[in-house]
Order: sequence, then C-alpha cells, then structure tokens
Amino acid sequence: MSFIKKPAVRHPKLPLNELGLTVRDYEGGMSTLCAGCGHDAITGAIVEAAWGLSIPTHRFAKLSGIGCSSKTPAYFLRDSHGLNSCHGRMPSIATGANSANRDLYYIGVSGDGDSLSIGMGQFAHAIRRNLNMTYIIENNGVYGLTKGQFSAAADRGSKAKKGEVNLQPAIDPCSTAITLGATFVARSFSGDKAQLVPILKAAFNHRGFAMVDVISPCVTFNDHEGSTRSYKYSRDHFAPAIMADFVPPAEDIKARYEEGEAMPVELHDGSRIVLRKIDKDYDPTDRVNAVSNLMRNNDAGEITTGILYLDESQPEMHEVNNTTATPLIDIPYSKLNPGNDMLRKIQSRYR
Amino acid sequence: MNKPSVNEFTIKIANVNGTGSASANGLIMKTLFRMGIPVVGKNYFPSNIQGLPTWYEIRASEKGHLARSGRVDLMVAMNAETYKQDLAEVASGGYLVYDSTWPRHNLLQRDDITIIGVPLSKMCNENFPNARARILMKNVVYAGVLAALLDFDLDVITTLLNETFAKKAHLLDANQLAIRMGYEWAQANLETPLPFTARTSDKSNGHIIIDGNTAAGLGAVYAGATVGAWYPITPSTSLMDAFKRFCEMTRKDPETGESNYCIVQAEDELAAMGMVLGASWAGARAFTPTSGPGVSLMSEFLGYGYFAEIPAVLFNVQRCGPSTGMPTRTQQSDIVASAFASHGDTRHVLLFPANPEECFYTASTAFDLAERLQTPVIVLSDLDIGMNDWMTKELQWSDTYQPDRGKVLRADEVAKLDKFHRYLDADQDAIAARTLPGDHPKGAYFTRGSGHNMYGAYTENADEYKEVVDRLRAKWETAKKYVPAPEVVYSAKNSIGVISIGSCDEACKEALDALREQGIGINYLRIKSFPFNGEVQKFIDDHEKLYVVEQNRDAQLKCLLCIECDVADEKLNEILHYNGLPLTANFVVDAIHADLAKGEAA
Ligand SMILES: Cc1ncc(C[n+]2csc(CCOP(=O)(O)OP(=O)(O)O)c2C)c(N)n1
Ligand code: SF4
Ligand SMILES: [Mg+2]
Repeated sequence: MSFIKKPAVRHPKLPLNELGLTVRDYEGGMSTLCAGCGHDAITGAIVEAAWGLSIPTHRFAKLSGIGCSSKTPAYFLRDSHGLNSCHGRMPSIATGANSANRDLYYIGVSGDGDSLSIGMGQFAHAIRRNLNMTYIIENNGVYGLTKGQFSAAADRGSKAKKGEVNLQPAIDPCSTAITLGATFVARSFSGDKAQLVPILKAAFNHRGFAMVDVISPCVTFNDHEGSTRSYKYSRDHFAPAIMADFVPPAEDIKARYEEGEAMPVELHDGSRIVLRKIDKDYDPTDRVNAVSNLMRNNDAGEITTGILYLDESQPEMHEVNNTTATPLIDIPYSKLNPGNDMLRKIQSRYR
Repeated sequence: MNKPSVNEFTIKIANVNGTGSASANGLIMKTLFRMGIPVVGKNYFPSNIQGLPTWYEIRASEKGHLARSGRVDLMVAMNAETYKQDLAEVASGGYLVYDSTWPRHNLLQRDDITIIGVPLSKMCNENFPNARARILMKNVVYAGVLAALLDFDLDVITTLLNETFAKKAHLLDANQLAIRMGYEWAQANLETPLPFTARTSDKSNGHIIIDGNTAAGLGAVYAGATVGAWYPITPSTSLMDAFKRFCEMTRKDPETGESNYCIVQAEDELAAMGMVLGASWAGARAFTPTSGPGVSLMSEFLGYGYFAEIPAVLFNVQRCGPSTGMPTRTQQSDIVASAFASHGDTRHVLLFPANPEECFYTASTAFDLAERLQTPVIVLSDLDIGMNDWMTKELQWSDTYQPDRGKVLRADEVAKLDKFHRYLDADQDAIAARTLPGDHPKGAYFTRGSGHNMYGAYTENADEYKEVVDRLRAKWETAKKYVPAPEVVYSAKNSIGVISIGSCDEACKEALDALREQGIGINYLRIKSFPFNGEVQKFIDDHEKLYVVEQNRDAQLKCLLCIECDVADEKLNEILHYNGLPLTANFVVDAIHADLAKGEAA
C-alpha cells in the first residue's frame, strides 16, 4: 500500500502562510519509498514551495508517469486533484488538462526513465509547445521501480550496483530542453532544499514550460562507489552556477540586493527571480552560452546547478493558439452551440 | 444489377491523381444532385500524391439505391495505364469515352460496348494557352461531353460554375468554355443522348451531399467539444480538418479573434489519446479521430481511460488491412480491436454510424455516453462513410439539446458533501460521481491506472481490486440501457434475417429489396452499438436462419455476437466482403442465393 493516511495533526506553533495554512496543509499521503530516497526530499521541497507561495491547495493539478518518482504526487498536496498516468505519457495528459483548464498550476513529476526513454517524444513536444507547467525530473540515473537498470541519464562510465559499466552517453535533460526551446530550465539536488525551493517557486510562476531536473539519488540501486548519481558523488561534484532567489510581487528588491551583482527577472505575475552568478562566465539568458557551458561542465564531470536558462518573453501554448482567457471548461454550452440557423447556413454549401 | 435506365446508371471516371480531376467529377455529381436525382460519389484513390491511378464513381438512382453498384454503364477512361482494366469493367451494352487525340491500340476493343473517342487534348491544346490549364480543362471538357450524352440541364451546370468560381473570374470563363466545347463537340459528332439519361426529379429535395468526416466534425462542434487532439492519418484526417473549419467559423470571438476551442496536433496517437483523457479529466468534451495504426498506438491509454473511468471520444475511421494495409481502401476490420483495445479485462462502448447523417448525430451521442458512463466511447466509421460523398437528409439541430455531462459534481455540490469518494457506487448503477480539478479541495482525488479501491486509494488487495472490476462489469450492463437500439425491419412472415453494421447498410437494404422482388422475404437488423441492445437477442431468437454481413475477413461482428449473445455458432451465416472496396448489393444477393441453393441441394 502506498496510500497510507497521515494523521493531520495541527502543530500550534507552525507558521501560517497568507491563506492561514500551515505547511502540513500542503502535504499528502505517507510516502512508501525507501528510507533516504532522494524523491522524498523533493516532495518536501514541493510542499514548502507551494505553501510559501500561498496558492490555494486545490488550484494545483499533480500529474505523473510511472516509476518510484511518479508515485510521489500522492505524497504532496492532498487537496489537489492528481493523476498518475502511463509510463512516459504524463506530458500528453498535462497538455490535454491544460487545454481544458488553463487556470491551474500544473506540476508534472517524472523520472529520468519516464522522461528520457519511453517518454522522450512527449517530453520534447510538451517543451516545443511551451506548455504552461512545471515539469520535474527526479533524476537518479536508474529505473528505480524495475530494480536498477541504467536509465538514459546514466553517465558513461558509471557503475551499476552489480558492477556493470554504462557505455552509452547520457542524455542531459537540461541542455536537451534548452535546445528543444524550453523557456525555463533548472537543475538542483534533492539534498539542497535551500537551492531547490526558490527554484520551484520560480518554476510555478513561470509562464510556460519550466523544466527542473533534480538529481535525486536512489539509495537502493544507485548510491554505491562508482555511481555518478550517489549522494557522495553528487555532493562532491555539485557546482552552482547561478543562485536564484524568488521575490513575491509585493516585496521591494532594492532593499535586499546591491545593484550589479544581482540580475532580477520579472515573471508574468509581477514576482521576480533574482539570479546571482556564481560562475561569472555563465549567462542564463543566452541560449548558446547556456548550452555550451553546460556541455563543457558535463564533460568535466561537474553537476552545474541553478536556474540555467530563462526566457520570460516566449508565448505559451494558449497564447500561440489565441485561446480565450476563460478556461474552456467554464464556457457554457449555450456559447458553444452554433444553433440550428447556423447549421442551415453551413449546409447551403453542401447542396 | 439491372440495365441502366433514366436516372438509374453508374458513371466511372478513370484519372491519374494530381491532374485536377476532382472538381470536374464533383461538378458532374452535383449536377445530377441539383437536378433532383439521388446520387452518390465514391472516390477510389491511391495512397500517393501524384501520378498514380484514381477513379471516381458516380451512381445515380431515382430509387435511392446508393451503395456501390458494382457495375459501370459509362466509363471515362482518362488514364492510359489502366485503360485495359477500365475497358474490361464496362457492363455489356455500356459505353466508354476516351481521349482520341492519340491513337489507341487496336487490340483494345470490345464488340459488346460502344467506344466513343473524343479529341479532348486536341481541343484543349487549341483553346488554352498554358500547359497547366490544358491538363486541368481536359477534365471539364469530358464533363461537357457527359452533359450532352446524359442530357444534363445546362442551366444547373452554369449555376454551379458561377457559385464555385464566384471570386475567380478567369477560372469561370475557362470552365464555361471547356463545358461548352465538350457539349458542342458531342452534339455535333455523337448520337446524343444515350438511351439512359438524367431527367429532372425531386427525389434529392431536402438533402445535402456531404462526407461522413465533415459531418462528424460538425457534429463534434454541435456536441460542444472544445478540445481536439490528433495525429494525421488517412482516412481520418479530414474529420479534424472539418472540426477546425467549423470552429473557425462559429467559435471565434469576432472582435478579439480569441478561440473557444483548442486543437492540438499531437506528436503521435499515443499523445493524442493522452490529451483527450487529460482534457476530459479536467472537464472538457474532448475527442480524437484516427484510423487503424493509430488505434493500435492508443490502446494503452484506452485501457487507462476504461480503468480510471475517464470519458473520451475516439472516431475510428476504419481503413483496410493489418499493419499499414491499404490506407485508402475501406473495411470494417477494427471491430474486435476496438471493442477490446488494451490489455487486461478491458471493453469499450462502440457506436456504428451507417452514413454521414448518422455521423453527425452520433457525435453528440458519443459525448453524452462517454460522460454518462465515464469511459472511452469509440465511434466506428470507415473510409467509405468518412471520405465519400453521400446524399444525406438535411441535418437538423434541436436548440433545446443539453449535453449530458453525467455525474459531475461542481464546487457548490462538493462543498455540501461530508466526504467525497471517487469510485463509490452511491446510486447502485455502477457509475460513481466525479469532480473536476481546481473546483474544491474537498473534491480532490487521485486518478490512477494502478489497482485502486472504491474510495480511490491505491490497493493491491484481492477483494478490493475485484470489487472495482466487478463494478466496471456492472457498468457494462448499465451501458446497455443507454446505447442506441438497432434499426430493425421486421415482418412475422419471414424466418430469415440479415444482421449488418455500419456502411453495409445501403447494400443490404438494396439486396433485400431485390430479393423481395424475387419472392424471398428477409428481415433486417442493423447494429448501432456495442454492447448490444436487448433487441439484438430478440431478433436472433425470432429467426431460424441469420446472415451476418460485414466487411472484414474474420467475421468480427459475428465474433462479438457469439461472445455476447445466446446463439449457436451455426445459426449465424457469414457474408464477408473484405477486398477494400465498398460492399455491393449483388455480393449480398449472390451470397444468399448460393447459401439457399446449398440448403435445397442437401
Ligand atoms: C509501458 C510500460 N513499460 C514498462 C513499464 C515498467 N516500468 C515501470 S517504472 C519503470 C522505470 C521507471 O524509471 P524512472 O522513470 O527513472 O523512475 P524511478 O523509479 O527511477 O523514479 C519501468 C520500465 C511500465 N510501467 N509501462
Ligand atoms: S528504489 Fe530507489 S528510487 Fe525507488 S524508492 Fe527506493 S530509493 Fe527511491
Ligand atoms: Mg529513475
């Protein structure tokens, strides 16, 4: 059973967000993942980011594919509708749901297997459409749920638990997403909530496709010596290029940042992301620069993290389609029915 | 069948695809239709863009017999490559028109038909300066020749040309000239008209000429569909084209240009089905059209929709064969694949329109059923219905129609609930209420294709799992109450019955008319849905002998009848037509004769 009721105890001292809710209100069922699994930490970060933004809990829709990672939507936001779809097919469900109701916050959770092998096609095309959603890849380099086979994200030379060495090149979701036209690409580490939470907040508020690749070690099948996705390896090679802070609309930026050092980017709802460069050569607003930096760092075995690419100017799917602002599900039938007179008119062409 | 006569004949035109013959052929058919004569146009085209043989067949029938006739009374042989075959196809006593600009091989002769040479290219070369016009106008010239041979009303042709080329004056002039050239040449050089001609009638009044895909796309607009996802595939593509065209016409805000619909061209059919499920789950009416290979790709998601109980509408415009098969030929060979698409104990509600009129109305039925039953509904049309030009009763829309959204609890109703459980069968009809994302925190639930119990929670418990799939089976029984009843033509005198489906309808009815004239009375039932309505069992019980007429090799409809009904296999005699061409009445008549003769001999 992976749906165990968590007792909803209210801790009197827990801080409240603007809606008067505690972080507990954003949680879900009890996780049944292995103790120490990176995915659970990401669940925690999602809860914290959602709570921190004071978004009503039922205004999210949580979608996933199949895998250990894809089980996690059951473990956060219990008051949101969730849909655990087929292996690799979450992007199409998200596209459909978003087509019907453009007003929700869509969180898609996927695995590296789910997105980069069986679901590579759908992943790529959701990016191309600039579908307005947050797409999280919980990246552990293996298929956890089917017991540890290499995924397409496994690095060349990385060693499996039983000693087998991966000889194929890895697909890097970040540089791939940028080349496919993604408008928000970030990478973080499940072990670094301080970095991950603001990234998620920014991703939720980005208008368009926000891809967040989170290195998330699989303690059971890929946390050993010789693996390039273990906790130890990830910590040792963690290389923040850009640190991001999320600033809600009401807050004044100037009070907190010196000019020049920080680069504020305004999101469509008026909130801002302040990007602080750690790597002075890295420019997250320049596609070519971002990709070449990523490729260079990947080759050097570094795990570049932060908001790696950002473009707030691109239209999302509905803007391209020129869909009505009202979610389609809220348009009454009386407005959708062209009526019998129109039918008669249409048929005059078929005589 | 019978000899051609006034308003009862079949014309076939053999062309090369990509030479612009479609508009001339359409003109010939529309002229007959506007003269009041029932007519059907069937296009036999290659899966190719240019250079391969293509045929257009027009049957006129005052009696209203609009299946493929299976005979050719007048052939226009414009394709040298298929000339021999086209010549052979003309019924004895018939006519063949060819372009006599170039000499014809003297072996290509037949004594039992009349061969008419018309210098089509020569006339065009002399009268049209540019090369493209010379090719295109040849088609219009033969239309003019036919007008003389069949005694068409020239005013009707003129009106049609004026309407078609209202905004293209130069094309209007060229077309009018070409018609006149053909007509006058034929009057001067041939014995006109032929013994069978077209005569003004009133039998097409109150009708339109439309193909099933256009009608289905229009039906989806009237049904209130707002989301369409698709991946192009013949012969279903024109369904989404039609939906898009009618949405652009009727669903755009005239001021802002904003659309009250969202059409997504998916990356493949797996995604198209996922999008439909996602949109339906979120609360929209969503659909996808596809054909053969697309249905195979959609299987996994169809099973998901069945098990997670998400409405979806799929138009499967069937084409011919396993694998890629013959994409531009027709068949009814996805019946079983659609009924049980996906692994596990999965079964789907199917609807079978028989013509474009039914395609239009079936669209809203499909959405109503999908939402009422919370399950994918597959509409099985086929290439013959979907892409050919049928004469159909004028469509009507009742402006009092309200979509049946089924059991959907919106925010205000959810707010009143103590607790919401997604799969709890509160009404004992095996259908549980659903809620929509974003409406209310109390309505939240988790949708999954993995084992779940009646509260919507994950389970691997044997009893809990069984409870859910048993309810799904009970829902199948509920579905029988909602699905459309079959069409039945019954007389207590008759002990033999024909059961058919979809586009077999016209040919079966014509066959039964012919048999009745020969003194053989046979009753008729046309299936409109799966699960079968109770009337099907009754019809089976009421007859001693039954023929099941369908367009596939493996007797797929019979297969479903054997699985679902109480009937001995021997009672159902197979009449199977599966060469990719539409069924003819002759085929059915011959099969029944052969079977009855067998009985007499024994
Ligand atoms: C069509 C299909 N093929 C195979 C599977 C089996 N399967 C389940 S999860 C999985 C891999 C999951 O890997 P990943 O997405 O990386 O998730 P993780 O478990 O590592 O978090 C596979 C192959 C399936 N569920 N569906
Ligand atoms: S197998 Fe790996 S990925 Fe799956 S729950 Fe366990 S640690 Fe996490
Ligand atoms: Mg994985």
